[in-house]
Amino acid sequence: MITERRPILLANARILDPARDFDIDGDLLIADGVIREAKRGIGAAGVPEATEVIDCRGKLVAPGLIDMRAFVGEPGAEYRETIASASQAAAAGGVTTIVCQPDTSPAIDDPAIVDFVLRRARDTSIVHVQLMAALTKGLRGEEMAEIGLLKAAGAIAFTEGAKSVTNAQVMRRALTYARDFDALIVHHTEDPDLVGEGVMNEGEFAARLGLAGVPTTAETIMLERDMRLVALAESRYHAASLTCAAALDVLAHAKEQGLKVTASASINHLTLNELDIGPYRTFLKVSPPLRAEADRAALVAALASGLIDVVMSDHNPQDVEGKRLPFAEASAGAIGLETMLTAGLRLVHSGELPLMTLLKAMSSTPAKILGLAGGTLRQGSPADVIVFDLDAPWVLDPLELKSKCKNTPFDEARLQGRVVRTIVAGRTVYEYV
Amino acid sequence: MNIAQKSTFVLGQRHLLGIEGIDRPRDPLRAARAGPIDTALMNIAQKSTFVLGQRHLLGIEGMSREEILGLLDLAEEFVALNRQIEKKQSSLRGRTLINLFFEVSTRTQASFELAGKRLGADVMNMSVGSSSMRKGETLIDTAVTLNAMHPDIIVVRHHASGAVELLARKVDCSVINAGDGSHEHPTQALLDALTIRRNKGRIERLIVAICGDILHSRVARSNIILLNALGARVRVVAPSTLLPPGIERFGVEATRDMREGLRDADIVMMLRLQRERMNGSFVPSTQEYFHYFGLDQKKLAYAKPDALVMHPGPMNRGVEIDTAVADGAQSLIREQVEMGVAVRMAVLEALSRNLPNA
Repeated sequence: MITERRPILLANARILDPARDFDIDGDLLIADGVIREAKRGIGAAGVPEATEVIDCRGKLVAPGLIDMRAFVGEPGAEYRETIASASQAAAAGGVTTIVCQPDTSPAIDDPAIVDFVLRRARDTSIVHVQLMAALTKGLRGEEMAEIGLLKAAGAIAFTEGAKSVTNAQVMRRALTYARDFDALIVHHTEDPDLVGEGVMNEGEFAARLGLAGVPTTAETIMLERDMRLVALAESRYHAASLTCAAALDVLAHAKEQGLKVTASASINHLTLNELDIGPYRTFLKVSPPLRAEADRAALVAALASGLIDVVMSDHNPQDVEGKRLPFAEASAGAIGLETMLTAGLRLVHSGELPLMTLLKAMSSTPAKILGLAGGTLRQGSPADVIVFDLDAPWVLDPLELKSKCKNTPFDEARLQGRVVRTIVAGRTVYEYV
Repeated sequence: MNIAQKSTFVLGQRHLLGIEGIDRPRDPLRAARAGPIDTALMNIAQKSTFVLGQRHLLGIEGMSREEILGLLDLAEEFVALNRQIEKKQSSLRGRTLINLFFEVSTRTQASFELAGKRLGADVMNMSVGSSSMRKGETLIDTAVTLNAMHPDIIVVRHHASGAVELLARKVDCSVINAGDGSHEHPTQALLDALTIRRNKGRIERLIVAICGDILHSRVARSNIILLNALGARVRVVAPSTLLPPGIERFGVEATRDMREGLRDADIVMMLRLQRERMNGSFVPSTQEYFHYFGLDQKKLAYAKPDALVMHPGPMNRGVEIDTAVADGAQSLIREQVEMGVAVRMAVLEALSRNLPNA
């Protein structure tokens, strides 16, 4: 739903701006695609003519979410997700900026493909679309991609998507070269040899199910290696998806040393653990695998303390054929754009995490890391804004999901809190009625 | 015209291997020695009224001690029946049993087939080579297809852990897990328990050493759960590369030393080591594996003098077990096969009592 761009007054709301720890009851005025002001008592009298006044009593207003890691199927996997369907899903979940991953077919390793994807986004998306380009040509982990030209074409960071660069020399050179362009490198930290045939977290539960395990060491070794290389190259580095307590120790040490390192955790790893797999539920097969409860709790604590900077959806649509298989043979991945905020609110409702910290990790911090203008409600900022109900109870019905694939780990889950309005550049693109 | 009824001719030998010697009957009384049929044993189904409290048998996990003992007691009756000449029962008459094997297995399939036939079921064998079809699609598609043919029981073996559970969710009939990946093989654990109980008179407080490739073994998993449920003391013995991480939380003692593992053991249960796992990936070589973990007379001497040896088969002689031990006086390996048929009859019988119109 795209409405005309009239000024909007979000009235009588609780307004949260995580960029400045701002939390008041008041009104937010949007006009010409930017935020005019947010304060107590603007009221219907003080607004321009033809302003749409929306009563947000009992609701919360916050910056639109910026999802740092979402797989969108364009080009090459449109049967799983298109930019259009991903943007619909994003809008329904309060995500106003998607950051696409380059592990498409062909991979986004060429300025022409960057241009193609951004044009497709301009034509078909109802939210902002940004993309990360491949770090190496064809994601083969052998030769560096054209980091300078790709950045000039619009890529905001460089990554191998769900793969890791195993060759330390290649990684070192890429990090070193990227520094000349102040390019951010985002890396999935998993040693593929240690992962081997593993399909779930190594330990008692995997042993009981008779499934091959992935040790947390696979992640720690790769992250530890990267930290040494980052220290050599002095470049900007972001760990794409950390999942375990041991990796957090490595990250903390790197930050203490003053390395320019940040890290994400996926909403799945923050809210679910290996036991949720239960009787071989393939919708909970993700990569890296869901970890033990102690790791999950450590991850949440690290998010609360600021050690983990960003929460991302790790949105990865997989079709029915890929999931209706025995666990070891099923595709890994879960959709997450539509549920990331709601799932995150579980942590808020359970008292594990302050609401402001959650919003910060989903909006203002990723904006800062990626150099994007959103993620705040400051005057003059882009009017990417969400209105949400903190408490509304609901049950997730997979048929109502906007995403092309329905592989959500929250299938039929009882949830609390939902997005009721998403505004992108001053236009309402989603409204829950 | 009715010659067969008139003649009382009895062939004086057990086999017909050739014409040579056929005119010289060696033991004309052998046929008579088999004895009359015990009529009491012919109506076994009426003796035990045990009913399994679940529609499927997917694993030992989740079964109560009472259910396990109920199955063993029922199997005991079938052991007696199977030693009779008249082995045919009719409790599964009219029922259709499908053996769906995605992984090649001669003995388990034969055992289930015989069990089904002895209970009067119509048995169909389907072997689906995993290489010949695309794996996962085949599983669900095959399940849906077979389901449309109204079978009453499907016996499934599959190379992927959890595959049998997945299939069970797609069909209306009872499903029996005949081995799924490295997960469970419940009928093997039941037949092992029956074999142990018949030879030792109990399972409680026995020391059972399970030796070999614990990591990949569904037999080990099912046995660990079952033996723990019945109060045995379970040890696992393997090189550390073949022990699953977290094994210490299974309620077993783990060791990599056969001397330590077999000390005072009542039962030594050997596991099969797949050939592709011996070439440096999990253990350096067959020779080295046999040296440290192969069961020969010397290592068997670490166990109690009356210790008994088991193996789920098929054996790699000279890899995990020495021929002298496998065929020796302490070996129960052949008896395990016999118990296999009885246990599978018991499982089929118990599950069939849950079927509609039973």
